[in-house]
Amino acid sequence: MTGAAGNGPAGFGHPVAGAVGGHAFTVPVLRLGDTLLVTLQGELHDGMAEQLQHDITDRIAHTRVTGVVIDISGVEIVDSFLGRVLAEIAAGAGLLAARTVLAGMRPAVAITLVELGLNLPGLLTALDVERAMELLAAGEPEGGGSW
Amino acid sequence: MSVAEENADQEPAAQQVSAFLERRREQIAQRWADSALFRTVFTVARDEAVEAGRSVTAALAAVAASGGLEDIRASGFEAVRDQLGRMAASRARTGIDPDGIAREVAALREPVTELLRAEFEDPDAPEAQRCVVALTVLMGTLRLVVMETTVSAGEELIARQREQLHEVATPVIKLWESTVAVPLIGTLDSARSQVVMESLLDAIVAERARYAILDITGVPTVDSLVAQHLMKTVAAARLMGAECIVSGIRPAIAQTIVHLGIDLGTVLTRSSLADALAYALSRQGVAISPVTAADAGAR
Repeated sequence: MTGAAGNGPAGFGHPVAGAVGGHAFTVPVLRLGDTLLVTLQGELHDGMAEQLQHDITDRIAHTRVTGVVIDISGVEIVDSFLGRVLAEIAAGAGLLAARTVLAGMRPAVAITLVELGLNLPGLLTALDVERAMELLAAGEPEGGGSW
Repeated sequence: MSVAEENADQEPAAQQVSAFLERRREQIAQRWADSALFRTVFTVARDEAVEAGRSVTAALAAVAASGGLEDIRASGFEAVRDQLGRMAASRARTGIDPDGIAREVAALREPVTELLRAEFEDPDAPEAQRCVVALTVLMGTLRLVVMETTVSAGEELIARQREQLHEVATPVIKLWESTVAVPLIGTLDSARSQVVMESLLDAIVAERARYAILDITGVPTVDSLVAQHLMKTVAAARLMGAECIVSGIRPAIAQTIVHLGIDLGTVLTRSSLADALAYALSRQGVAISPVTAADAGAR
């Protein structure tokens, strides 16, 4: 296990040197049993997104978690960029045999994404983090993202 | 008299009319206060009617002074548009049709014309005639302004009701624990589908729904646009973590969808609301079975 991928909320509040120019915060990636919990807040800048993608795949590879929950209840704007990042994170996690669930999307965000034509087909979705954990615990794909 | 001459003559006549209206404002207002329009709008106090008459007269004088006798957009009218609108609306509420309002406004012309004629020693002199014509044109414009305000007030009402209809026509019903349904009734246009989407997503959050049923039994026709709206709603519900089921697809509509080549492959469909509910329940591990004799005995 290396650097930012340590136990607990690694990197929370600590700038990762050189990783994100100008932005002092990285997105915390928490491990809860077999699941990684990522909570996005506010805006996600390009550099942070790249760092996050890297962090998540790194953590999955080193800890052998089977699921990733991305909580976006604190995100008010999801644009095509963030949509693509989320899809890429899910695809990357999928290659490492972990399922990704997007949790807590706000109604306004859902409408915007649909109007943009971003249906995020490959992603599992859940109403909130609790439901997302249930979904992952249930094993086989079920609920919102099953079809 | 040629058109050019008439226009040339109108200018001084308009100024004269303006001066006359300013001078006789009080008398005109008093006479108007007794007219059908003012009397029926201001039933409580005659003073209010007189005051309203004064402000309308002042507006007419301002319009006449500006020379634009036939300009319903004249700035003078802006000042009284609000008041005229209120008067017209109050008349309309009593059940009078626009035709009746137009007649009542037309009736305002007579008393003013009489006063104007009395101004001249010889009412048949060309000058007097020209002033009367100018006043008639001005009153015609006033009538147009009133009609316009009446119509736009009606349009506002229609727009407001259309909005209310949207809300009324799209209730979100909780059918079971974490199952909500929207019975869609009537044509599904973009504005409505937007409202449906918003209320459905809000309900999903409020009810913590896992399953959302869109019942289109009441939708008369499904074309590619309606199908697109449905698919958007389904996709949005999925993003919120709820599974969406479209139910109430009548055989004719199923045929239309196939003929149009619309691909609803990504959408879960059931023929009736009951089937959709049964699906949602079975997915949640809820089984509905007939009450057996033993159960009945236990009660």
